Amino acid sequence: MGEENKVVLHGMWISPYSKRVELALKFKGIPFEYVEEDLQNKSPQLLQYNPVHKKVPVLVHNGKPIAESIVILEYIDETWKNQPRFLPQDPYKRAKVRFWTSFVQQQLCESLLTVIKTDGEVQQKAFGNLFEKLEVLEEGIKEIFPDGNPCIGNYNIGLLDLVMLSMFSPNNKIQEEVFGMKIIDPEKTPLIFSWLTVLHQLPLVKESTPPDDKVVAIFKFVRENALKSSLA
Amino acid sequence: MSEEVVLLDFWPSPFGMRVRIALAEKGIQYEYQEEDLRNKSDLLLKMNPIHKKIPVLIHRGKPVCESLIQVQYIDEVWHDKSPLIPSDPYQRANARFWADFVDKKIYEIGTKIWTTKGEEQAAAKKEFIESLKLLEGELGDKPYFGGDNLGYVDVALLPFYSWFYAYEKCGNFTIEEECPKLIAWAKRCLQKESVAKSLPDQEKVYGFVLQLKKAFGIE
Repeated sequence: MGEENKVVLHGMWISPYSKRVELALKFKGIPFEYVEEDLQNKSPQLLQYNPVHKKVPVLVHNGKPIAESIVILEYIDETWKNQPRFLPQDPYKRAKVRFWTSFVQQQLCESLLTVIKTDGEVQQKAFGNLFEKLEVLEEGIKEIFPDGNPCIGNYNIGLLDLVMLSMFSPNNKIQEEVFGMKIIDPEKTPLIFSWLTVLHQLPLVKESTPPDDKVVAIFKFVRENALKSSLA
Repeated sequence: MSEEVVLLDFWPSPFGMRVRIALAEKGIQYEYQEEDLRNKSDLLLKMNPIHKKIPVLIHRGKPVCESLIQVQYIDEVWHDKSPLIPSDPYQRANARFWADFVDKKIYEIGTKIWTTKGEEQAAAKKEFIESLKLLEGELGDKPYFGGDNLGYVDVALLPFYSWFYAYEKCGNFTIEEECPKLIAWAKRCLQKESVAKSLPDQEKVYGFVLQLKKAFGIE
């Protein structure tokens, strides 16, 4: 890999925003250098590359930085035009993908984060909110999977897939350990459950997934910190 | 054919204004339908069942929702006239980043300015000015964010200019003092017909805000 196409990703292993960019690069077969950031001690490069938000992920392509995960994903798709294409060509279909991606990113992710970081009544309300939104998504993706069966063969990973799979998984074991219940319930949202199952079984996704105990530990850590600081 | 494009909108909505500007820039004929948000039309509820919000762009009977998604859609369908989004991928990413910044900061913080008081309002004013200054930095010496012509970021940000007078009156401060470059930019944009006919009068918006404050019992 010469200097003409140098790609560096500044990320953090458990950040779903970072993970989706990492996977996007892998799916496109783009060689890249990965820099793990310590969010308590951000590197000077990160602060230089993303002075506005000071967050991961940041993609640096030939020295030029791009921030905000969904902006990065579209950039990758437009710069490396090989398969898989993350967005369809037709403007109306693109608008639909962007709509659902925005829904997952803004509505679902926010609800999930509230569930993780709160307890008691606030958490109960957030759970209700999250499940309501998941039901909306369940209905909404029926037009993406008209025969009801996302199947693993020749799956063309796209923008919505990347955003969804980096935030949610069908791993009920982890969910039950952290939250005491299933978040993605195969009985309540069967289409989402089978979609996520297909996505998480893709080899590139599987090999990038940290072991269960590590994931549980970090969730519990984030949760404890959030609850502690809300009492302070 | 004017029936091909319909915009469901509400006159003070900055999100609706974005779409109006984009359609005007491209010279697209369309039917404008004013919604009463306390009594939403069947068409609105049918075309945006998930969020039940305006603006909704209906093209050949099919709905597109979310203002920035609508602007991108308009730019992609009517791509041969007045392009709003750059063609270079890096410049596109930059435009999307700043449009996203406007979405994350300007609307929410602006809302806090007219709905809160005291310390909360002071903090909101400070963050608002800081955000505008960052945008000034991005504008630099260019006449528009899009360079020589109106671009995606201009369209994303301009509507909020029509709310500045309301923010200033409610927050008791002057934006021009702190961000003269941005005000100059907005006035420059208003000289364009596409912008002038898409933005409501600032005093009218202020009147609307006062009505809202009364309705919600905000002082």
